[in-house]
Amino acid sequence: MKRIITLTVLNRPGVLNRITNLFSKRNYNIESISVGHTEQEGISRITCVVNVENDGIIEQITKQLNKQVDVLKVADISDQAVVARELALIKVQAPPQTRNEIYSLIEPFRASVIDVGKESLIIQITGESEKIEAFIELIKPYGIKELARTGTTAFPRSSQRLNSAKNYSIV
Amino acid sequence: MLQEAAFTEVKAEKQTANGADLLLDSLKKEKVEVIFGYPGGAVLPIYDKIYDCDIFHVLPRHEQGGIHAAEGYARISGKAGVVIATSGPGATNIVTGLADAMMDSLPLVVFTGQVATGVIGTDAFQEADILGITTPITKYNCQVRNIEDIPRIVKEAFHIATTGRPGPVLIDFPKDIAAGTGEAPVDPEISLPGYQPTIEPNYLQIRKLTEAVSRAKKPVILAGAGVLFAKASHLLQEYAQQQNIPVVNTLLGLGSFPASHPLSLGLAGMHGCYTANMALYECDLLINIGARFDDRLTGNLKHFAPNATVAHVDIDPAEIGKNVPTAIPIVGDAGEALKMLIKQEGKKPEHSQWMEKLEGWKKEYPYWYEEEGSVLKPQRVMEMLYEQTNGDAIVVTDVGQHQMWAAQYYPFKNPDRWVTSGGLGTMGFGLPAAIGAQIAEPSARVVAVLGDAGFQMSTQELAVIRELNLPVKIAIFNNQSLGMVRQWQQIFYEERYAHSKIPSQPSFVKLADAYDIKAYQITSEAEAKEILEQVMENDEPVLLDFRIAENENVYPMIAPGKGLHEMVGVKK
Repeated sequence: MKRIITLTVLNRPGVLNRITNLFSKRNYNIESISVGHTEQEGISRITCVVNVENDGIIEQITKQLNKQVDVLKVADISDQAVVARELALIKVQAPPQTRNEIYSLIEPFRASVIDVGKESLIIQITGESEKIEAFIELIKPYGIKELARTGTTAFPRSSQRLNSAKNYSIV
Repeated sequence: MLQEAAFTEVKAEKQTANGADLLLDSLKKEKVEVIFGYPGGAVLPIYDKIYDCDIFHVLPRHEQGGIHAAEGYARISGKAGVVIATSGPGATNIVTGLADAMMDSLPLVVFTGQVATGVIGTDAFQEADILGITTPITKYNCQVRNIEDIPRIVKEAFHIATTGRPGPVLIDFPKDIAAGTGEAPVDPEISLPGYQPTIEPNYLQIRKLTEAVSRAKKPVILAGAGVLFAKASHLLQEYAQQQNIPVVNTLLGLGSFPASHPLSLGLAGMHGCYTANMALYECDLLINIGARFDDRLTGNLKHFAPNATVAHVDIDPAEIGKNVPTAIPIVGDAGEALKMLIKQEGKKPEHSQWMEKLEGWKKEYPYWYEEEGSVLKPQRVMEMLYEQTNGDAIVVTDVGQHQMWAAQYYPFKNPDRWVTSGGLGTMGFGLPAAIGAQIAEPSARVVAVLGDAGFQMSTQELAVIRELNLPVKIAIFNNQSLGMVRQWQQIFYEERYAHSKIPSQPSFVKLADAYDIKAYQITSEAEAKEILEQVMENDEPVLLDFRIAENENVYPMIAPGKGLHEMVGVKK
């Protein structure tokens, strides 16, 4: 099952190394990881998506992460109402014959074209991972030349519904 | 928090000083008594200041020996062991020691030299990415980038190494930082917002444990090294007596409960005794205090304490529930937890049948070995060492069969008399660790129990023993083989002894002689008795080459993948 872990860490040299090391040392697999500054100077936020077999493993992961001296806070937010977003850039073949068709796919996904070439387009899409995957599946037949994804970054929502069902999402 | 840090720096008193001086001053502030260090290019600026420094410096003959000595020192003194190694090979030579200290939670503060900041990353001479290499095997590591940070970083390093669950901290010191001059605060504030170990346990969890104890029919305490780090042996004894609960020890926890105590069941685990292992298997309440449910203790987890409610006291929350599902998690210092438990003084368990059963097992299944005519038995040697030292020597071991015999046949009366490499199982650990232990307690009798193979991994450290005239008694259990490997090959690999027999050895007596250390080869019990009486009391180092039975195995034994109840070799 997929879990989203967020960490706030002191932005010190080697801190990312320490965290990724910990995953590989204990044989945990990171599906995606994204890192960036926060509103506080010297503090970064890391969002990891991990695929684990059971709750015991996720408990171990969060405990091990918490143990790190430079880690200020660890939270497994998977069971909360969250906003999770990922960005993908997709370079797709777009000769004049199929270009309109591709545009018609872009619109309902609220994706945008950010670069236009003679034979190809670069599409930018943001949203939850599932949405991005669905879009990639649709666009695949046209011929994807390059694909880059940022990995998920996520926040718990401001108001948490009581008894909220697991993994509910709003695109 | 950052603003606060900036603020304190403004008002703090500052001094202008050289980087190496700042380092040594910081060490003095931490009351460091001894440095185990080896000079080299990148640490020359530091060594130039050590030249004038009055902190005792020990020069091992290999950096790995230095860090193992620091581990032995830390284990016995309870203080952080301080190590200095140069960059590149000096730093990589201490990697094994760091991993060992990490596994066994020993507080070390290690300084490695590094090439000058300007050439870091250029594959300069003797450059190694020691931070990258040691990240998974240190509690914390970092590089000094500014001279003014030195006092703060050193203070933080000692704080991190010695508090919470102890562990090794590595500070990487670029050459220009050590050689340069800067302005640094005299008394720096440390700021570690992400490091707040829980010391005081949760009252409700303690309450829960007290209730579980009062209901238990078959309770047992498993005492690990956490009790020793917390200096809580007396509290453990008080609690066990108050509640009348028997105590089992882990390998590293030996000494945390007096072996001669009627409630002591002895060592548990792969080569533990029948009573201890069966107590863990059959208990209905298992109170783990400061042990980490290592696989060498639990055997196959499927069969581990199948009927027990598990309570686990540990200062490291990540250990709780890691291997064994835990009903009563108690995060905190073992001493604090025991104090609270003693104070609550719950109803004692009614468990007379259980106690009788345990007593019966104790009588029925003690450790055993067979006499073999004139052949010197390792177990007998260990018994003689015990008799000769009245059971209160510091026993330091290497890794292998002799380590297990020492654990079985040297029933410790007191805490902190036992130094062994448990988690990592590092051969070559014993001799240098004995040096560190002797330095930590110069007046104590230190016996280094080594195998012939492990001894040869650290032989060079004999030079330190001679140089410092340390009265270490080195007992080599010489079976001309890698005994434990040979035992496994015999039992699990159809007696195919691939490279576990070492018939070609130097004469250890002559070798010791070359280092100007008195040595004896001992082949019989009578000889052993005579020589031990001669040498154990004096203040000279000695090397004893015990020629023990070559094919002796360690029993009882739990084969890998088996449960604690599936011991073999429990009886003659």
